[in-house]
Amino acid sequence: MNAASDHLLMGPILLPLVAASGMLLLDERRRALKSLLSLAVMAAVLAMAALLLVEGGDAAGETARVYRLGDWRAPFGIVLVADRLSALFLAMTAVVGACGLLFALARWERAGPRFHALFLLLIMGVNGALLTGDLFNLFVFFEVMLAASYALVLHGSGESRIRAGLGYITINLTASLLFLVGVALIYGVTSTLNMADLAARAPLIPAEDRWLFHVGAATLGVAFLIKSAAWPLGFWLAPTYTAASAPAAAVLAILSKVGVYVLIRQSSLVFSPLAGPSAEFGREWLVAIGVATILFGVCGMLASRELARAAAFAVVVSSGTVLAMMGSDAAGLSAALFYLVGSTLACSALFLIAEVLERGRDGGGDSHKAVFADEYRDPFEDLERNEPGLVIPTAVAALGGALVVCALMIAGLPPLAGFIGKLAMMQALVAAGRPTDWAVIAALAVSSLGAVIALGRLGVRAIWIRDESEPQLVVGAGELLGIVGLLGASLTLTVFGGAGLAYTDLTAAWLGEPAGYMSSVLTGEGR
Amino acid sequence: MTEIVLALAIGVLGACGVWLLLRPRTFQVIIGLCLLSYGVNIFIFAMGRLRVGAPPVTAEGLENPLLYDDPIPQALVLTAIVISFALTALFLVVLLAARGATGSDHIDGEEPSP
Repeated sequence: MNAASDHLLMGPILLPLVAASGMLLLDERRRALKSLLSLAVMAAVLAMAALLLVEGGDAAGETARVYRLGDWRAPFGIVLVADRLSALFLAMTAVVGACGLLFALARWERAGPRFHALFLLLIMGVNGALLTGDLFNLFVFFEVMLAASYALVLHGSGESRIRAGLGYITINLTASLLFLVGVALIYGVTSTLNMADLAARAPLIPAEDRWLFHVGAATLGVAFLIKSAAWPLGFWLAPTYTAASAPAAAVLAILSKVGVYVLIRQSSLVFSPLAGPSAEFGREWLVAIGVATILFGVCGMLASRELARAAAFAVVVSSGTVLAMMGSDAAGLSAALFYLVGSTLACSALFLIAEVLERGRDGGGDSHKAVFADEYRDPFEDLERNEPGLVIPTAVAALGGALVVCALMIAGLPPLAGFIGKLAMMQALVAAGRPTDWAVIAALAVSSLGAVIALGRLGVRAIWIRDESEPQLVVGAGELLGIVGLLGASLTLTVFGGAGLAYTDLTAAWLGEPAGYMSSVLTGEGR
Repeated sequence: MTEIVLALAIGVLGACGVWLLLRPRTFQVIIGLCLLSYGVNIFIFAMGRLRVGAPPVTAEGLENPLLYDDPIPQALVLTAIVISFALTALFLVVLLAARGATGSDHIDGEEPSP
């Protein structure tokens, strides 16, 4: 352990936690202070994630940073691990979080109490889940993340949000119980919860206990498939994300990707080829579920009648695409990761754009029916509070362009990054050439076609076909900034596509060699 | 004997929990979730192997691990209890809000049409 840089891994968890706790002490009316504070925290998290990303991008560099809490040696103490995969997801979370926050500052943060604290706690939970090195802390961080998300789904109130929130909370509490059952079974068989230690012990499990280990892993897998909204476990996603307020939905898009992250992590680490009889356990199931998820998501997109709902199904399609690529080799996984980053940025941006375009069409909350009158009234009934701040006149025209960029990214059409990712995935699949690979290729093609049709139709309706009676479109400067930030990140990913793919190639290669992860965690001094 | 009692407890709690979870009223769902989480908590506890009369901590001079119960599942259960308790409380608030906003305690927010 030397100097401050070793403690860097604690930053993305500790900073939002401390800031959020401190904010609870501040009065609700001190909005400027709270906004500044959460912007500063997000900027710091973004900087830390960028630092880790740059470090991981160095091919020759040290590939996993390990932080031992209290300096206890790995299988006994708690560890945080940041490797290339975590850094990639951390950076994505930080970008989406910062842009969602900018968007919310214009209007949405005033729609309910304690928005900033909840938002930062959500970011803290996601970062913790991405960085933790053992299964039980993964559970704890998942719960932190979900608890904050339950409140954020209800942010802004209204009957539709409460109804959607009820279903969302029920399904996620049930999934958390499955998570616990899986963790308990795995602990019962292997007597460890540390992921690296688990990977080391997986080949040594006695044959008569192996089925129990597999049952545990499958239960855990079901929990994560529920969270990543895979078919047939993901029917909760579309109503919830459609009902949630736009900045919350944009950040919730990350949550489903955290489920995908854990599946990638577990299957590449614990069920690597080193795992003996457990190698590649459940891989074919993931691929089949992924293909079904893509098809379900495409049908949902085509059936959507509002942009926010289509965006929610785009999130489902993007999760499904990555799951379907899990059976592929390193090149396929690398392409899938590249696609995942691009499509998540675009989905989040689409939620924000949809909110601006469809604003005024829905009534918001119902103040006359609410139980807790002070907290659950219509947030925007007060005209003064309804002002989105500085309004930029020509921005409405820019929104059309932004929508096109989103559609191209999600559908994976040239010339943007979505196309690069999709092309790379198809190349890897063609090179492998098994019958299942062709099925995945077909699903990918169908998803592109469906996304173009659905988003094209909804885009035309939202921008060109507007009644005279509909309210004038207004875009606040902060809202535009949030959307532009997300699209800027997508465009950066396009322009520096080579560098991006090089990074995901390194990530896939690193994931293909789990011995590196295991040795960085398990060796090393400590108490 | 302990094993059978424990297994039965987990089984009954789990079965009742799942049944209640699938019922249409929000209050039934929340009781179902509570029962399920009790069942799961006992299950985690059982995964540390059942030992009667074995303390979970070591003392100086008695370092033989065979004398002790595994403390980790107990720590896990403690965390799981706290988390599920907090989230049940949160769920109760949402339940009340849903009852107030929709005027119905059906999970869909409206009575099914006959």
